[in-house]
Amino acid sequence: MAAASHLRLKTYTLISLLVVFGPFGDLLMGKGMRGIGVPTSISLVETAHYVSLVLASGLVWWGTLCMIGFFICYISVLSWADYSYVQPATALTYGVVALLGKYILGEKISLLHWMGILVVCVGVGFISYTSPATAERPFSPPPLGEGPLR
Amino acid sequence: MTTEIALLVFIVVGGTFGEMCVTRAMKIIGEVRDFTPRGLLRTGRRAFRIWWMWLGFVLMALSYFSLLGMLAREDVSFVIPVTSLGYVVGAVGGKWFLGEDVSYHRWVGVALVCFGVYLIYAGKS
Repeated sequence: MAAASHLRLKTYTLISLLVVFGPFGDLLMGKGMRGIGVPTSISLVETAHYVSLVLASGLVWWGTLCMIGFFICYISVLSWADYSYVQPATALTYGVVALLGKYILGEKISLLHWMGILVVCVGVGFISYTSPATAERPFSPPPLGEGPLR
Repeated sequence: MTTEIALLVFIVVGGTFGEMCVTRAMKIIGEVRDFTPRGLLRTGRRAFRIWWMWLGFVLMALSYFSLLGMLAREDVSFVIPVTSLGYVVGAVGGKWFLGEDVSYHRWVGVALVCFGVYLIYAGKS
């Protein structure tokens, strides 16, 4: 019982983190790149200047960190939880994107859009009713030493 | 039309199967318990010695480029709701490829998520 609730807790924690990291990463990268604009030519000097602008952008760096956080959370949670559990749960990012769009970018969100988010949340609620990890491990464990695995 | 169908298959089936390959690689590695930078690097090194991981990344990259190609041809309001079929492919693949127990509740949840994504994009367009 304690193991099952521990499994749920760590799965929910990582899914919560990844549904926040993903949209924040998109938002920060998008804002950063839009602020920089597109390169005016593809000459070496211009490209070098453009790359230096991208690397100097704090928003792009924060966005990249969020994307790395998203990726780490995603592959970590998949190391124990079912794919058919985690994948639909990531659809909660649509809700976070809508909230960011409304409260940070000042976008208008239609009633149908909110209804869609509600339906997604109900769907994820149904999925969360099931156990996060049902697969009996059918794959052989890796050797501990160095060398090719499979 | 044939190109569009091929692109959609790559986006939905290729992308989802790519993620399932990554899942399979992570299941081979076993549960990640060490979240320190050193522990994560060690996990990453082990993960990239499994060919399922590489196959997954190649398929996910192909799916991404197919998505870009599809978006150049069709409206986003058509493309994104169709890609939500990936949730159905994920449930089927989870059951048959990863040996997961996809119960009735999970199927209902997947169907609702697909419908919700459709509503979200219908609300945008």
